[in-house]
Amino acid sequence: MSSVAVIDYGMGNLHSIAKALQHAAPDVSVTVTADALAILQADRVVFPGVGAIRDCMHALKQAGLDEVIQTVAKTKPLLGICLGMQALLTDSAENGHNLCLNIFSGHVVRFPEDLHDHEGTRLKIPHMGWNQVRQNRHPLWQGIPQDSRFYFVHSYYAQPDDASIVAATTDYPEPFACALAQDNVFAVQFHPEKSQAVGLQLLNNFLHWDV
Amino acid sequence: MSLAKRIIPCLDVDNGRVVKGVKFVDIRDAGNPVEIARRYDREGADEITFLDITATHDNRDTIIHVVEQVASEVFIPLTVGGGIRTLDDIRRMLNAGADKVGINSAAVFRPEFVQEAAGRFGSQCIVVAIDAKKTSQDGEVARWEIFTHGGRKATGIDAIEWAEKMVAYGAGEILLTSMDRDGTREGFDLPLTRAISEAVAVPVIASGGVGNLDHLADGVINGKADAVLAASIFHFAEYTIQQAKEHMRARGIEVRL
Repeated sequence: MSSVAVIDYGMGNLHSIAKALQHAAPDVSVTVTADALAILQADRVVFPGVGAIRDCMHALKQAGLDEVIQTVAKTKPLLGICLGMQALLTDSAENGHNLCLNIFSGHVVRFPEDLHDHEGTRLKIPHMGWNQVRQNRHPLWQGIPQDSRFYFVHSYYAQPDDASIVAATTDYPEPFACALAQDNVFAVQFHPEKSQAVGLQLLNNFLHWDV
Repeated sequence: MSLAKRIIPCLDVDNGRVVKGVKFVDIRDAGNPVEIARRYDREGADEITFLDITATHDNRDTIIHVVEQVASEVFIPLTVGGGIRTLDDIRRMLNAGADKVGINSAAVFRPEFVQEAAGRFGSQCIVVAIDAKKTSQDGEVARWEIFTHGGRKATGIDAIEWAEKMVAYGAGEILLTSMDRDGTREGFDLPLTRAISEAVAVPVIASGGVGNLDHLADGVINGKADAVLAASIFHFAEYTIQQAKEHMRARGIEVRL
């Protein structure tokens, strides 16, 4: 039986992600853990996160999990979700300036204040709700229709230096990178665990991804 | 390509059963919350909100079991409100599988609670629920005030100022209920909805008064709401969520279908 470890570093609710992984692939063993060895022994790793980046990086370093994630990123399939995606960039403008894990080269920035769509209607921040995801070619999109809607809730987003690692974009109102892919690392700004059938499909694809 | 407006069915849960009253009387039993949540998920609900109206403290754990059960099989955002007074209440709801909690009277009694909650759990999971009632007379400049105790107790707090303050304190979203309209089926209080939605940067969910599908579309188009919440029109299968979305789309609103 293949296994997936969900990294538990005390940030947010991991019940949803664990339940969704179990539901998406009953043939995979799901463990929620803060234990470095358990994470390093799992076949795949999910790195979730909600809240603020400073707390996130602090909690990771406290637990020594920053180095564990660096090792995972070099060796096996890793899925970053929401704040777990943002933490994989070089740095983030949230809470001033925070150095992150630098697995993807690039920055995390905030949506501008006073955002408007092309008709002049004001756009709310956080970007919250179901928005369309324009896929670039990648095996993790298998079985998911182009422009499917996924559930987002965030005020910051990733700006990678290398456009070729962008696996999908979403418009708010300008296109931003809502998924990044580089070798065995995949990361999404939206919440697949809260995106009903298409989200479960993406999780299932990740759990059967042969890099 | 743009963000969809959300339709959120709301389940008022009393002792583990879904109920719905008109103006807080004549409460009708509408069934098992887990079964109803399952149906709404199948019909394409964008989120589901549970409002726990259980009066006795002893029976409050029932809502936790409902959330646990729903969260293990329904993979859309879940919000739980009603009786959230402490950080521990929030933690218990999030651990049970809720994604957001609604804070209402606890914020009125002690606004700093919202700051503490957002600081601990993040703004993304803190919804401040506002119950507002019109206090101005016809011909005067419109004014709405915050009411507590199911709309019976005035606080003297201006609703727009309150919404701005709650966002400054870390609310990630506002759930706005018109106590004049709740249960009447006459439609949202559109001027109220619009005033609050234009005053704050975070999303606003309109609530209170939906009696038909046009009311939902009006909430978005005229009320400028980012999401619309309704209970009774969905519980008794007058309309499905799917029908509501098709209707909104026909009126030019972007929805997830």
